[in-house]
Amino acid sequence: MKLLVNFSRKKGGKPIIAQVVRDTGVLINVERAVIDSSEGEALIDVPDDQCRLVSDSMISLGANVRILEHGITVNESECIDCGACISICPREVFSLDPAWKLQLAEEKCVLCGKCIEACPHQALALPL
Amino acid sequence: MHKSIDQINERIRDGTVRVVTAEEMPAIVAELGEEGALKEVDVVTTGTFGAMCSSGAFLNFGHAEPPIRMERIWLNNVEAYGGLAAVDTYIGATQQSDTLEEQYGGAHVIEDLVAGKSVELRASSRGTDCYPRRTINTDLLLENFNQAIMCNPRNAYQRYNAATNSTDRLLRTYMGVLLPHCGNVSFSGAGTLNPLSNDPKLRLIGSGVPIFLCGAQGMVIGEGTQHSPAGGYGTLMVTGNLKEMSQDYLRAATMSGYGVTLYVGLGIPLPVLDLDVVRATAVRDEDITVDVMDYGVPSRNRPALRKVTYAELRSGIVELNGEEVRSSSLSSFRKARQVAEELKHWIERGSMQLALPTRPIDAIKSAKPMHQSQKGPRVLDIMDRKVVSIGENEEIKTAAKKLLKGDTNHLPVINGDNVLVGIVTTFDVSKAVVNPGKAHLVKDIMKTKVITTTADEAVDIAVQKLEQHNISALPVVDSGHHVIAILTAMDLGKLFGGRWLK
Repeated sequence: MKLLVNFSRKKGGKPIIAQVVRDTGVLINVERAVIDSSEGEALIDVPDDQCRLVSDSMISLGANVRILEHGITVNESECIDCGACISICPREVFSLDPAWKLQLAEEKCVLCGKCIEACPHQALALPL
Repeated sequence: MHKSIDQINERIRDGTVRVVTAEEMPAIVAELGEEGALKEVDVVTTGTFGAMCSSGAFLNFGHAEPPIRMERIWLNNVEAYGGLAAVDTYIGATQQSDTLEEQYGGAHVIEDLVAGKSVELRASSRGTDCYPRRTINTDLLLENFNQAIMCNPRNAYQRYNAATNSTDRLLRTYMGVLLPHCGNVSFSGAGTLNPLSNDPKLRLIGSGVPIFLCGAQGMVIGEGTQHSPAGGYGTLMVTGNLKEMSQDYLRAATMSGYGVTLYVGLGIPLPVLDLDVVRATAVRDEDITVDVMDYGVPSRNRPALRKVTYAELRSGIVELNGEEVRSSSLSSFRKARQVAEELKHWIERGSMQLALPTRPIDAIKSAKPMHQSQKGPRVLDIMDRKVVSIGENEEIKTAAKKLLKGDTNHLPVINGDNVLVGIVTTFDVSKAVVNPGKAHLVKDIMKTKVITTTADEAVDIAVQKLEQHNISALPVVDSGHHVIAILTAMDLGKLFGGRWLK
């Protein structure tokens, strides 16, 4: 399961992710992270059954946690199944099925958003 | 054996016609043989669905009261051509909105009309004795136009070169987003289903031939602009009634960082008259080859990295310089299939009959590049030949002196053989003075990755280099990488007033 974690680094910048790994013993996979001097945002992947544990631990350390149930979304009425997104995506989320229709492997998506500007039909968007 | 167009049309009328798509044809020929396929198949339908920038529509508004001779015309803030009599215009697909820029353009106006949405007309005129009105504003639906005729100067490219990008920068092109370091290959075209690839000698496709155009029954006008069948890059000029078109086969699009375009669905039915038609329509993706061009080179003569077939492009992986690179399409093969299938149903139902060209299209000509009677400015026209350079083993203090004396902010750095090896700026020298570390020599502080230009490079290309790298000077080098001049942002001022011409 994917979690989007936001944390402030103002008060000394505690190593939140490392702390949670040590406290819970859950091996967290950081898929994407943007961290600057004042705040950080990380997209992490954890086993489904330990999602609650990790999430609670993060919140207790002052982070905001949001469970991401969806990857990138495709607006079916705009998509024309060209597949321009396929070679842009770093995680091979997109493919064409035998009928040349666009397919998504949503679980691989790390919401990097690179495909959004590559879509000529503005059919791709980050989930709300 | 030979079939006449009349025999085929008679079969369409009595409902016994056998129609297959160009995708199905190769297997039929393989199974039945050429003679067998000729006997079996009467019509092969083709189809393509992709970005066709050279598209647009003629619109007639009818006369207002009091009447106006429209000179400047906007539809939803997208300017349309005002040089066509009083109440006619041509809206081009790639024209961008004055307010929304690349997010909305002529293609979107056309799609909105086809979708049944209302479009705002705004027009102005200087007023004449016969047309006194000066301005008009009104909301219009497609049904309000007397005529709305799609007329596309260049559609249905026979094939299109694939694109990649060897630079270290992401490029936004009409071939879509191209990742740095040849990170992807982008291509366009329906391959085996493409109309002209199934009739490369242009025996069947010509003026007056009925076609599928965005869901309407249209026709071929004749050769398209830039028609270049000699190298396998034929094009068609086509027309059709916008009022009969469907959004399923007509879609506006924006190539990010490039602009607006229109996705057009186009198909042509080909009568299977003889064995030559059978052989031509047996073409497969494997048989159609294009070049992979490096769009990192900003020139008309982009280098071709290799040849590929549509089969390889469509597999999703192309080998480039010994590496597997992912390829993806900008055109939709699924939609191209739908076009060919829909056209097949039309003919099976008897709602479209076939015709041979009333005038043939040239099958051997080549498109010429632009004749340029005036060369644009080149770097040599404005570069500063009084360039001051410095040796890499000189002291930083010497660099500071040279900068002061030379009244410049950039010093190209050269080695013992006078070859360019780096560059130092006033900033680099100041930094070294303020933070004196271990650096003593120019080579300790110089930047070794130098962006350069050459004397015969177009100034526009040099300006793009300055912008892309956020720098203000380019050393001008010869073929041996010796510095012969420098081009700074200051020199660009010489372009104003045509002073470079002197």
